[in-house]
Amino acid sequence: MPAEPPIDIPRRLFDAYELLAAGLAAGSAPVPIAGGTDLMVQITGELREPPARMLDLSRLDELRGIALDRGVLVLGARTTYTEIRRSTLCREHLPALVECAATIGAAQIQNRGTLGGNLANASPAGDTLPILLATDATILVGGQRGERRIAAGDFFTGYRQTALAPDELILHVEIPLPTGRHVRFRKVGTRRAQAISKVVMTLAWHDPRGGGAGWSDVRLALGSVAPTPIRARATERVLEGASPTPEVADRAAETLAGELSPIDDVRSTAEYRRTVAARVLHRLLREAGGW
Amino acid sequence: MSFRFLVNGSPAEVDAPGSRRLLDVLREDLGLTGTKEGCGEGECGACSVILDGQVVDACLVPVCQVDGRIVRTVEGLALAAREHGSLDALQEAFLERGAAQCGICTPGILMAARAYLDAGGPPEEDAIREAIAGNLCRCTGYTKIVEAIASVANLD
Amino acid sequence: MPTRTAAPPTVVPATEAVTRPLVVQPGEATQGRAAAFPLRREGPAKLTGAARYTDDLVFPGAWYGATIRSTDAHARLLAIEPDPDVDWSTVVIATAADIPGDNVVSLMHDDQPLLVPVGGEIQHHAEPVALLAAPDRETLRQLKGRIRLVTEPLPPVFDLEASDHEFARYEIKTGDDAALEAAFAAADLVLEGKYRVGHQEQLYIENQAMIAVPDEDGGIVIHGSLQCPYYVHRALKRALKLSSVEARVIQEETGGGFGGKEDYPSILALHAALLALKCRRPVRMIYERHEDIAATTKRHPAVIRHRTGVRRDGTLLAQDIDVVMDGGAYCTLTPVVLSRGALHAGGPYRCPNVRIRARATRTNTPPNGAMRGFGAPQTEFAAETQLNRIAERLDLSPAVIRERNAYRVGDATPTGQVLRESVAAEQVLRLAVDMSSYESVRRETGRRAAERRGVGAVPGSPLRTTDERHAGGIGLALAWHGAGFTGSGEVHLASVASVELGADGLIRLLTAQTEMGQGTKTILPLLVAGELGVPVEWIEYAAQDTAEVPDSGPTVASRTAMVVGGLSILAARCLKAEVEARHPGAPFHEVFRQDAVQHGPTRIDQHFEPYPGVAFDDATYRGDAYPAFGWAAAVATVDVDLDTGEVTVGDVVAVDDVGQAIHPILCEGQVEGGTLQAVGYATIEEIKLADGRYLNDRLATYLIPTALDAPRIHTILVEAPFSGVPHGAKGVGELPMDVAAPAVVAAIHDAIGIWMTELPATPEKILAAMHAGAAA
Repeated sequence: MPAEPPIDIPRRLFDAYELLAAGLAAGSAPVPIAGGTDLMVQITGELREPPARMLDLSRLDELRGIALDRGVLVLGARTTYTEIRRSTLCREHLPALVECAATIGAAQIQNRGTLGGNLANASPAGDTLPILLATDATILVGGQRGERRIAAGDFFTGYRQTALAPDELILHVEIPLPTGRHVRFRKVGTRRAQAISKVVMTLAWHDPRGGGAGWSDVRLALGSVAPTPIRARATERVLEGASPTPEVADRAAETLAGELSPIDDVRSTAEYRRTVAARVLHRLLREAGGW
Repeated sequence: MSFRFLVNGSPAEVDAPGSRRLLDVLREDLGLTGTKEGCGEGECGACSVILDGQVVDACLVPVCQVDGRIVRTVEGLALAAREHGSLDALQEAFLERGAAQCGICTPGILMAARAYLDAGGPPEEDAIREAIAGNLCRCTGYTKIVEAIASVANLD
Repeated sequence: MPTRTAAPPTVVPATEAVTRPLVVQPGEATQGRAAAFPLRREGPAKLTGAARYTDDLVFPGAWYGATIRSTDAHARLLAIEPDPDVDWSTVVIATAADIPGDNVVSLMHDDQPLLVPVGGEIQHHAEPVALLAAPDRETLRQLKGRIRLVTEPLPPVFDLEASDHEFARYEIKTGDDAALEAAFAAADLVLEGKYRVGHQEQLYIENQAMIAVPDEDGGIVIHGSLQCPYYVHRALKRALKLSSVEARVIQEETGGGFGGKEDYPSILALHAALLALKCRRPVRMIYERHEDIAATTKRHPAVIRHRTGVRRDGTLLAQDIDVVMDGGAYCTLTPVVLSRGALHAGGPYRCPNVRIRARATRTNTPPNGAMRGFGAPQTEFAAETQLNRIAERLDLSPAVIRERNAYRVGDATPTGQVLRESVAAEQVLRLAVDMSSYESVRRETGRRAAERRGVGAVPGSPLRTTDERHAGGIGLALAWHGAGFTGSGEVHLASVASVELGADGLIRLLTAQTEMGQGTKTILPLLVAGELGVPVEWIEYAAQDTAEVPDSGPTVASRTAMVVGGLSILAARCLKAEVEARHPGAPFHEVFRQDAVQHGPTRIDQHFEPYPGVAFDDATYRGDAYPAFGWAAAVATVDVDLDTGEVTVGDVVAVDDVGQAIHPILCEGQVEGGTLQAVGYATIEEIKLADGRYLNDRLATYLIPTALDAPRIHTILVEAPFSGVPHGAKGVGELPMDVAAPAVVAAIHDAIGIWMTELPATPEKILAAMHAGAAA
């Protein structure tokens, strides 16, 4: 039987901000709960201490919805993986995110788990997080002190640590949709559903002239290989301005393997993660190059 | 706090902390023990129920989020089934095809399958397997479960 | 043979659309069986949520119990110190000092205490030391962490081969060592192999659960999730000093067992009972998943070495096999697990010179115990992989080398047991090969593998990918499984099953055989109804309550259908004869109600009698190790992701000889479930340890296959009956668990040319092996 910490149920964003601020002033802010797929596991007390107080986000409709706003895909923090999978906007403009959502848990988790929750939980294995890093996403957060935007690249500050202040909420995620950008997603887990990734990867690039004449704005982001989701910047530099030829792919794979310092844990080994990350990248480049 | 919602078509009202798991509310406050607990962390699906048409793990839902909503559990499956008395078509297919063995995962799988069928899920094997991938079964190898669900999807 | 009942089900009519399993009887053409079989008896209750499992039961005033466990792998317990700042008056703590009888979990040896006494040795990190009961779970949760254990660490042993404490040791020999070595000297090929298998968790979806209810006279009633009511009963009597009447055990609806609820429930029942006696109120002990995985038994890890001598044509000449199993910290059932493992270690093959040496050692890890297959899946994985490697070396088809060596009627096993009947090894093999088009698929995968290797696997760098991302493979394995208890086990058990015609005219079948999903409640009444010539729904199946039913032995070892099924039929046969003798000329079904009115109740207690001509010497390990064997073949196809080493098992053709398929649909369900457990064993199910502690003791980290991971399983049931029982059944529960794992490993080899000699064959191991192969 899990703990049953007190839970505040604000009906307006304004009230939520006030509850967060008041909690913080009194010692600790309540922990926001949306779909509960991470937090409700925590209240069993078996993994970490249950939160002392929670803040229910389920009445805050401001955090919902998927929209296209001047070339930017805007996803409310409470957007569930099922909503992403069903969204025509996502399917049309960012199919990699749809593909990613389909690999998370299974129906029960997809119906409840949210994009904002994946960000706030900040697990190094969070499956959507490399996509947000690779697409230069921005996270809009808010609180009594006002709203601010945090670049996805600045959001993850340490193992399960984020730039979100305890009295702030994630409001929505903005993903720019530049023309000519390609995004590829791949997850390697232990089984085909209900699996936490061993390696999860997103590769994004621009191919303005088409035909692979030279890539620009290359982004390579990975999960489960470091304490936070990361960009592989040395490998990006190898790919920047290059074309996906066998030689480039070999060099990129070698660079990535050298760049990563994953660990052995209960799900996999450092060696496997390093090798498979390199090979998954090699495969993505091979597919992009068509050889 | 007090929360009101519909369970299997009947109004329910519970006085409980808002963070109490829907699973505990169903099993202990409402005595609906057909919904089972297998892991308490959303891995096994034994506690699957349908919340506003979507299958969810009741161990991951705080009851405050159920206020004003509609919950269906295994106890409610047969309520709509008049023609065969006690079982609906899905339960009947499970029984005939041997899709339930020890039975502990069965209520959860029935609810995942019911949500899939109600959403118009087709009788294709791969789609059915994906629909119940959040429900672990250790007895059957899933073969007969998939067959049973497909047989009902065929009827629609 | 009794008449086969085809009683129309009464709850819900079966539709014509239901496909029937394919059942093959020796000497007959393959045929679909069209008869209708009764629906699972407790099925409607399970499907509507009405079935009551232990945690669903309400006992007003019940307290909640928890276990305080060691966190040392090996230590001396110096003191148990409840936090002096806590008010302990509202709760109850029990320690070894509270145990009225022997501080022993009664099973095979008396080495395992209920609770480690102060001054005693802690043998594993999850070992129970004290118990706590509280009126509510919140109090329990808070106070559980406030009891401190003072310990003095002792050096632990984690390596099964380094341990010098043996729980058991066996040697099975066909002759002396000189003869064995002479046979090796005469062989065209001698191949050595070392195989290693890890733990496997039973992973019943219902966690261990027990409720103890004290009665006014000092007795205890246990309601629980368990396989063997009389094991628990015996343990209660011994440790709590209760009489047979004072201890009462009732099995509630049980959500899976797979061996995991064979021995462990005794511990949990003792804990709950001890607390209940001390609180004088009901105590619930329902494990959460984390505790269940961390503390309860697993399949034994093992290291198995083979040295095999063969002729050029593949004929086996000599087998020298060494088995070491890891028993964990206490003996539990280890000697019999090891025994079964050793007896099956050569595989289902005739070989004139065999030496099997087996031992089980103690390590400071949680005790290992029963799991489906009971030692045989470990040793048969090694035997099958060894034979497949020999076939490769001799350039023989795996099917051909098996045809050449598989047991036939008249062959003798390594214990000298002559197989006089019911040997279907060749038949299951042929069916599996034919139904899977094994040879033609193998030719095709072999052709593709040759092309792929011609191109070269990852030239230059293991980080490169190849042109192809996937490789397909097909693999074959054959297995045998001894039916019922090993050796003279059934004689020692002396089981009793009863059939009773009550004064009220009701027919009741009384056995201790539990239903945990496998179909006991459906098949045993079916056998009795068939014998009596009455509809199956007229047979009541009594509750598994030690106050009601006789001790017909544990529900383990695939013995229910064969042994207790046989006793039930014989009891029914006696009842029928007795009743019909009182009403000359009238069949039982017409007169039994009238007979009950005229003569009152009639009850037949059928006692086990040794099967004719079956004898085993426990001291020398010679003789008939089992009254009969079941035979199984499996063909698996896999797809290996060449980038990541991930394995997808596509299809499994499973052919199982069960003697008689009493209820083909339920029987097929056993094959499908056992096959998937074996696929999980082969591919992803792995316990990782650090300092004797399981690291992945949650469902998020110990993974079993989902519906998306499961192969399509095609089952063929074969019936080669055993004449020692009236119906011919040989059991089915464990047989499929023995055979699919080596088939999957053979398929992985067929795909990528690498023998995975350790289970599970995880992507990590596969990728490492691929790279080692490419570098070589």
